[in-house]
Amino acid sequence: MWMIEIPPFVPFFIGALIIAFTRGSLRGVLMVAVPIISALHLWMVPEGIHLQFTFFDYQLMPYRVDKLSIMFGYVFHIAALIGIIYSLHLRDTMQQVAAMLYAGSALGAVFAGDLLTLFVFWELLAFTSVLLIWARRTQRAYMAGMRYLIIQVLSGVILLAGTLLYAGKHHTLAFGYIGLDGVGSWLIFIAFGIKCAFPFAHNWLTDAYPEATVTGTVFLSVFTTKIAVYALARAYPGTELLVYIGAAMTCFPIFFAVIENDLRRVLAYSLINQVGFMVVGVGIGTALAINGAVSHAFNDVIFKGLLFMSMGAVLHMTGKINGSELGGLYKTMPKTTIFCIVGAASISAFPLFSGFVSKSMVMSAALSEGYDWVWLMLLFASAGVFHHAGIKIPYFAFFAHDSGIRATDPPKNMLLAMAIAACLCIAIGIYPQALYALLPYDTGYTPYDATHVLAQTQLLFFSALAFVWLNLRGMYPPELKSTNLDVDWLYRRLLPGVLQKSFAAIWQFDNAFRQAFMIKLSLCFTYIARKNNRLNGLLSRNYPIGSMAMWVALVLATYLLLSFIK
Amino acid sequence: MKHEHKHLFDNPNNIKRVLHILYGCCALLVVLDFVIHRHISHQWENLWGFYPLYGFVGCVVLVIVATWMRKFLMRAEDYYEKQEPDKANEENKMMTKVGSNHVDD
Repeated sequence: MWMIEIPPFVPFFIGALIIAFTRGSLRGVLMVAVPIISALHLWMVPEGIHLQFTFFDYQLMPYRVDKLSIMFGYVFHIAALIGIIYSLHLRDTMQQVAAMLYAGSALGAVFAGDLLTLFVFWELLAFTSVLLIWARRTQRAYMAGMRYLIIQVLSGVILLAGTLLYAGKHHTLAFGYIGLDGVGSWLIFIAFGIKCAFPFAHNWLTDAYPEATVTGTVFLSVFTTKIAVYALARAYPGTELLVYIGAAMTCFPIFFAVIENDLRRVLAYSLINQVGFMVVGVGIGTALAINGAVSHAFNDVIFKGLLFMSMGAVLHMTGKINGSELGGLYKTMPKTTIFCIVGAASISAFPLFSGFVSKSMVMSAALSEGYDWVWLMLLFASAGVFHHAGIKIPYFAFFAHDSGIRATDPPKNMLLAMAIAACLCIAIGIYPQALYALLPYDTGYTPYDATHVLAQTQLLFFSALAFVWLNLRGMYPPELKSTNLDVDWLYRRLLPGVLQKSFAAIWQFDNAFRQAFMIKLSLCFTYIARKNNRLNGLLSRNYPIGSMAMWVALVLATYLLLSFIK
Repeated sequence: MKHEHKHLFDNPNNIKRVLHILYGCCALLVVLDFVIHRHISHQWENLWGFYPLYGFVGCVVLVIVATWMRKFLMRAEDYYEKQEPDKANEENKMMTKVGSNHVDD
């Protein structure tokens, strides 16, 4: 056992510092080494609080390991390693350092045992991740990154306010079960909700993620939302409100995903949809449901990463990502096509793929706890996710009509990263016990029984049939060059519009008012001046200024005199 | 590109084959519904062909609603980038007004 008190974010931060000053293949080796060494280190760390100190009257625990946090700790290491391998071809110091810091911040947040430490890493997540968006170095990416940063920092500020109120009430900063009572805990809930992409607060995700760099989006898709799921699972398990929020999150994005043209934005919508399943699991709060939420987060990190990587490969090789401009790429990118299909099968929860073994837990929990309508919504969302992420993504990118693009498979490091992720998807799907052994609770759940497998297969095959039928009938909406309005319209169009109009009105009024006032004033002056001019005496316009000074002196002198007399 | 190697789905028969396999699987799954005994945890699952129907109808409804949503959600690709023409004009007007009104003297 060596130095167990070193929190996992430390190797990443040190690694980021070192790679900022190294070049070439040495940098590559170091970047790959950091997550591997850190993961091995974490592997040997037992559960418990490994670092704590007193800050004023409060106990701070920057490093706490338990069943829940270590699960996310492991998957973040896996994801960081995959993401780093995927981005090895880059020659962009800013992006590589930012990715390292971002992964480190995520690990810091996961192992934070108190709310203050959580807040620090919460904000670090925002500031390090935005660099991955800005690294695209376009005006669009800059603006999207700005909006992203504002919303993320807002979430952090709300978290801080909530933390202070909570600490004032409960006299503790410990990050454990919080529950919805009092203003402080509601504020913390909202802060988590913003990062978790709750409905109406979800737009930062679909706005910013598709604007990030090819490799940046892979990192982005992993950390921020999963941290929020983790935070909810720790602080608000069994909060019934979350069941309904989560159910809404699974359903509404799939409609947007069906009509979206940018394929990475389709994936961003389906990311919200998948996070919805986790939120439902956290909301139900039973052992099975929490297990389902956590294991689904684990699997989602890998298969969503794989899908983002395959679409990133398409963008990297063709320079295009819109469904309307792609198609027929399977001819020259066969490996990427296969990896994409593995990711698509996993997210759709096909039996023998990773999504199946975790999503079914949440569904079973919803059913056994009597959330019938929620279960129906989840079932609809499962069919829907297959429709847009499982079929639409591979179909429009790699099949459909031939776009004439003849791009080859991406560089070897990208293929290797995708291969690792794809193998993990299949391995977890075939042998879920390895994953279940890491889960916080032991529920003895078995995903592979005839009932589950048959039901899920029927659902998926008939969804596919629906896709085929709609396509043959010509009813499937074609991919069109377009922007679809979402909640961001409120703050990108409505609010600026209203503000601009109202400021214009205020200015106009202000102008008119000043003008009228000036006219009145000058009229007054001329009136008085005319009277005095006629008298040609005191206070007239052409009276010398010296006499004015004399009169002032006289008045002051009189005043002085009077004060003496009194 | 004329001499390009023929790919898997350039041959329409292959597409037909894939579709026929899909139809076959769907038919098989419906038949299995009668053969395999499932543990029912909800009464709706007892309905004949609940999952296949739900999957099919759900997806059709999804696509139809989404297509309908395009009517009021879809805008040009550069919607957020370009300034609306009337707004640009307005701003120009404002500029001339601001310049012509000597507010501060």
